[in-house]
Amino acid sequence: MNPVLAADITLPHINYGAIAPILILLGMACVGVLAEAFLPRTLRYPVQVLVSLVAQVAGLATIIGLALSNYAKKPTLTAGDALAVDGPGLFLQGAVLVLGIVATLLIAERSVERGGAFVAQAAVTAGSEADAEQARRQPSQTEIFPLSLFALGGMMLFVSANDLLTMFVALEVFSLPLYLMCALARRRRLLSQEAAVKYFLLGAFSSAFFVYGIAMLYGFAGSVKFHDIAVAAISSGKSDLLMFIGLAMLAIGLLFKAAAVPFHVWTPDVYQGAPTPVTALMASCTKVAAFGGILRIFYVAFLDSRWDWRPVIGVIAVLTMVIGAILAVTQTDIKRLLAYSSIANAGYVLTGVLAMQKDGISSSLFYLVTYGFTVLAAFGLVTLVRDQDGEATHLSRWAGLGRKAPVLAGVFTFLMLSFAGIPLTSGFTGKFAVFSAALGGGQTTLVIFGVLSSVLLAFPYLRVVVLMYLQEPAADAPTVAVPGALTSAALAIGAIVTLLLGVWPSVLLDVANSAAQFVG
Amino acid sequence: MTLAEQVQYQSATGALSSVWLLIAIPLASAAVLLLLGRKADRWGHILGCASIGASFVLGLWYFFTLRGLGHKAVSLDLFNFIQVGRFKVDWGILYDPLSATFVLLITGVGFLIHVYAVGYMKEDPGRRRFFGYFNLFASAMLLLVLGNSFLMTFIGWEGVGLASYLLISWYQDRPAAATAGKKAFLMNRVGDAAFLVAMFLMFANLGSTDFATVFNGVGALPHGVTLAMALLLLAGACGKSGQFPLQAWLPDAMEGPTPVSALIHAATMVTAGVYLIARSNPIFDATSLGQTIVVAVGAFTLLLGCVIGCAKDDIKRVLAYSTVSQIGYMFLAVGLGGGAYALGILHLLAHGFFKAGLFLGAGSVMHGMKDQTDLRRFGGLWRYMPVTWATVGLGYLAIIGIPPLSGFFSKDPIIDAAFARGGWQGWVFGLAALLGAGLTAFYMTRLFVLTFHGKKRWTDDIEHPHESPGVMKLPMILLAVGSVAAGGLLVYGGFTTWLEPVFGTTEVPGHEPNRAMMIGISLAVVLVGVAIAWLLFRRGTALVEQPARSPIVRAARENLYGDVFNETVFELPGKLLTRAAVFFDGKGIDGIVTGLAAIVGGSSSRLRRLQTGFVRSYALTILGGALVVVAALMAVKLG
Repeated sequence: MNPVLAADITLPHINYGAIAPILILLGMACVGVLAEAFLPRTLRYPVQVLVSLVAQVAGLATIIGLALSNYAKKPTLTAGDALAVDGPGLFLQGAVLVLGIVATLLIAERSVERGGAFVAQAAVTAGSEADAEQARRQPSQTEIFPLSLFALGGMMLFVSANDLLTMFVALEVFSLPLYLMCALARRRRLLSQEAAVKYFLLGAFSSAFFVYGIAMLYGFAGSVKFHDIAVAAISSGKSDLLMFIGLAMLAIGLLFKAAAVPFHVWTPDVYQGAPTPVTALMASCTKVAAFGGILRIFYVAFLDSRWDWRPVIGVIAVLTMVIGAILAVTQTDIKRLLAYSSIANAGYVLTGVLAMQKDGISSSLFYLVTYGFTVLAAFGLVTLVRDQDGEATHLSRWAGLGRKAPVLAGVFTFLMLSFAGIPLTSGFTGKFAVFSAALGGGQTTLVIFGVLSSVLLAFPYLRVVVLMYLQEPAADAPTVAVPGALTSAALAIGAIVTLLLGVWPSVLLDVANSAAQFVG
Repeated sequence: MTLAEQVQYQSATGALSSVWLLIAIPLASAAVLLLLGRKADRWGHILGCASIGASFVLGLWYFFTLRGLGHKAVSLDLFNFIQVGRFKVDWGILYDPLSATFVLLITGVGFLIHVYAVGYMKEDPGRRRFFGYFNLFASAMLLLVLGNSFLMTFIGWEGVGLASYLLISWYQDRPAAATAGKKAFLMNRVGDAAFLVAMFLMFANLGSTDFATVFNGVGALPHGVTLAMALLLLAGACGKSGQFPLQAWLPDAMEGPTPVSALIHAATMVTAGVYLIARSNPIFDATSLGQTIVVAVGAFTLLLGCVIGCAKDDIKRVLAYSTVSQIGYMFLAVGLGGGAYALGILHLLAHGFFKAGLFLGAGSVMHGMKDQTDLRRFGGLWRYMPVTWATVGLGYLAIIGIPPLSGFFSKDPIIDAAFARGGWQGWVFGLAALLGAGLTAFYMTRLFVLTFHGKKRWTDDIEHPHESPGVMKLPMILLAVGSVAAGGLLVYGGFTTWLEPVFGTTEVPGHEPNRAMMIGISLAVVLVGVAIAWLLFRRGTALVEQPARSPIVRAARENLYGDVFNETVFELPGKLLTRAAVFFDGKGIDGIVTGLAAIVGGSSSRLRRLQTGFVRSYALTILGGALVVVAALMAVKLG
């Protein structure tokens, strides 16, 4: 190989307009870091909330502008083909931001728990006197806002990445802030830190698989670009054993983020230990990002070899749906219950993805948005049921809530019905979309398992409903906090979108349909 | 009308475009009475009578408007009821001579009985509610006869059923009344189910239940489908009209207040079956086997009703079986088809008057005798209740067919027509009808003599029976006038011609030369029946039931084993089926379900143990999964 000369490296042309949303998010994250450094303590919280929301709204507006100016129809590659600006990419970026805004509302809430859900100084030893003091007095640290902006920016980069290296960098950009954010709970700090360490270790482990996969594929195709891999899959003279090992390793890294069985093991522990607003962010936005990456890799790089790998991923989808559902049955903690539900839902999205045709893309995109809003609202409600130790997440503590807080119990029941896929909720339309796409793609077995597992899942959901309405509240039953304006807004948005997309799914399905074309 | 002709209805204009008011007025009144509650107690009965009276006046107006029109059938589309894809149902009204006739019967007789009920229900604290149900009934019955599709008719059909159950169980503190309501409900369900299936057949084969569509399309259907439709409609009609084998609920329905028995279970609702068959005449005309079955059901039921009627000692039950038997005559007539359709409707109208009058008379007797209904405990009442005696007497003469009262004009032609069917059928059905006339004369004479003549056989607590108040007497008198005159007026007023647009031919089958002889024979049979009864019962009867000496008497007292029949043929298999279903559900389905749940729960608890909380074991899981995935992909590739 010739030594690379400086003269050989030319700066690739960059279409700054097309990647403006990502730049806005990452740029505003930097502004947030600066604000953290230079602003007085009292001003930080309002400024950070403002920066965070403005960044996301501006990013969203730019995305809409790009979509309307036909980037969705005439997709482009930019930055030396490292980034793709196409329909699915823009849709996924938009989805990340829309869900991110709602999650930011939950993160910014400070009236439910005095000072917010996050610790003031994460470095203080958990359980020490200083810790008790800060838990009582001090408001949350505000680094959480730039961290979440970095994570969201990384996710947007991730779903637009058009080669494996960019994708890997983006993966790390959005993962690292999430590891940190998991450790920031104000209450039950040991659990929170344990969750963060687990997430970090296992995340690093799965990243290693991902990088190893990149190496294999580079060896196979001589390039890390998706398009080149797709071409090599047809015409390369090399053994495609390399390609399949590489594909397996890549898939493992991505399925880890998407929480598919058997790479789901971290999910319940991390969802339970992380501060609930962060859990909400992970369950909605991270899922969108992970499946964005999966969609792009499967549909762009490995479309032509699908007959070989589809059965294997299909088995993973079945396992994900069934094991997620079965394990949800015996959960006693509402956050763990929702975690297993999120695992099973990953299986449903995967079912849609495996349709391997256009409506597979659009139905998966649709499902990700519907699920994201519902799960945000569900975790938002979890933050409201509290006793003196913080959130009361054990299911037995939820007994009789229907009598104490009829509105909360009513909304939660509605969300559970949506998870269970009852008509007039977005859970129904979403499942209908992915299942019918999978049927159209010939994946009947997957659909059968999907329907069976959603029957199974209805049990744990309805058990919560039964608990809330048909059981006597305990004497020391938790109180239900009055949600502040931010949480109320987040809950209202989540519940209304769940209803709206259940009654009138075509609003979003049409958008998803017109966006469902990858640039290759 | 022959089958080739198209059934077509003009759309309603002018006065007739408000024909929906007939249904709406009683319905609104029912809503007011039932929703306002006690606030309406003081004037509820007045509103109840006024609304049905208003409907009657409107009915008269529409009737004369229709007479003045060239085309004798108008339809009125009200609004779109159901529209799902190509499935479309409209609310619409058909006003033609047949429905116009029924409207007058329902509102006319209905109004009289409403007025009577003002007096009869005076002491009842729930009188307002009673009138609410009564109005509800009237509006549903009007919908039944005015609907322009089988579905509309069915809605009315269920509405009258509802009102009927509510009113049968009116004295809800009496277990017998509650049971009777339940019985009526269950037995009617059998018929209703058949009616529904008939409508499904129409939808499946013709795509609609509109009368016009169905009647125009029925000729092109295969005979099997037509026959199935006809028989299913017949089963529906049998349920509502108390015909064999669904007759057993009607006598029990007498547990309701007497005005209910008179209006719903004698004059109007129970004749809905006759209406249904007459209305569906193009269907029945298309299947002669179906018609023969209708005739057979009618003939059998009319004899059954007569025989049981002879053995009953409860005045209202005798009248109830008499109703069963008289409706049997109507079924016989509409089954004969052709000109006999009009005869059936004629008998229906005449029967509406005299049977309502008889029931009101019975109610008047009960009113004066402290709610006694046992014939053996009456006797000699003519002296104390002259008006009741006279009105019941006229009704009695009318029902047994003494000329020139209305029964003579309505029943004799049916007997005639039955003989005119010819062949063995003519003989069998004709003789059955003739024998029925004799038996009717017997049991009605028994009823009349035991009630009003002979010695007093009253219970000890009755000292001085009293005549009913004027508000009850007046309807009785008017109905008696109807009993006397209706038959003749209708026959000579051209009633059969009036119905011509509905049934086509009005030529009544009959052997013209034998007409006089037939009248002579049937009169002779009637008089023999009267004479036997008079000789047997003029001196009264035993005060308690005597041991039955012959198997016929025993069978008749047991309602000809109708209840036993139902219990063994329907109830016992039903119970066994229920028990089997419960067993299967409990052990089989529940077993599978709980078993599955146990499997899921068990595997869930076991899988949970894998979630140890240790990062090392998680990493091992991921590594194992990775190895399996890689191995599987390679296996797919290599294998």
